[in-house]
Amino acid sequence: MGVTQRLGEMGIVTTTLEQAVNWGRTRAMWPMLFGLACCAIEMMATQAAHHDASRFGMELMRASPRQSDLMIVAGRVSRKMAPVLRRLYDQMPDPKWVISMGDCASCGGVFNNYAILQGVDEIVPVDVYVAGCPPRPEQLFHGIMTLQEKVMESKIKDWA
Amino acid sequence: MSEQKNPGLLRQGFAIVEGLFTTFKHVFEEPVTVQYPEEVKPVAERFKGRHELKRYDNGMEKCIGCSLCAAACPADAIWVEAAENSDEERYSPGERYAKTYEINMLRCIFCGYCEDACPTEAIVLEHEYELSFYDRRSAIYTKDQLIVPVPPGGQDTPQQVEPGSYDRAIPDMENPK
Repeated sequence: MGVTQRLGEMGIVTTTLEQAVNWGRTRAMWPMLFGLACCAIEMMATQAAHHDASRFGMELMRASPRQSDLMIVAGRVSRKMAPVLRRLYDQMPDPKWVISMGDCASCGGVFNNYAILQGVDEIVPVDVYVAGCPPRPEQLFHGIMTLQEKVMESKIKDWA
Repeated sequence: MSEQKNPGLLRQGFAIVEGLFTTFKHVFEEPVTVQYPEEVKPVAERFKGRHELKRYDNGMEKCIGCSLCAAACPADAIWVEAAENSDEERYSPGERYAKTYEINMLRCIFCGYCEDACPTEAIVLEHEYELSFYDRRSAIYTKDQLIVPVPPGGQDTPQQVEPGSYDRAIPDMENPK
């Protein structure tokens, strides 16, 4: 049942609530500690001192999917890894988002073969695709900011 | 014997103070963090970012639609469709021009092979790297997005030229007269 169904269309109350909750969601989005390939090296660099993802409220990478809001698929996903990735995604609590980092996760990249999943959006719903092979930490930040813009625009009606 | 095993509380305490002093020294150092969205660190000159299709000084496109970039691309990210130039509608000084030029940014690995393969130096990997998309379709950059604006004093393509002023299939490397 949606919040609007419980509260009714309360205009200013729901819009203010919407803004406040969206703001809270974007400013404390914990990513999952989950690296698959070379993109994970750049993801580690994003977290380290020179770029410091803590500035975006990503204080730490959670090693448990139960405690994370954001899944950064960093690297190519092999067909053997695909069910594991889906299971990790299912274990994450709502609301959850997915960033497909780099070419391989987004569409297979150069690995156009039977072993690699041609795009992680075959198994999980992806919110933002980040281009690059691998993307610079700045590029990943740009993807994170693009995701934050998307989350800021989400509506109270769509909440579960 | 017992002294070797337990160096004594005083020496242990000194070791802790010494270690913490090293930590404390870093308080006065400048932070290394780059405040990314506000402060952008310049990339190296040889950095390979988003592609650009270049023009000659008179505004004509350098790309002659030969598809060598597409052949060289290890990720099959480039799609080129060529069409014939005519003197009434001339896009490039060569025989043909790229009617369609598309690069899938999510497939491109920014290796620069297209740059190396290009006989007219039309495609250059520039320094823009902020490429994030909500869907895969919008990651395909068309010719309009890739081509640079017409330089000052130049004329936009298609241009109408004197018949017979361009007769080479692959133009010379300098700016055409």
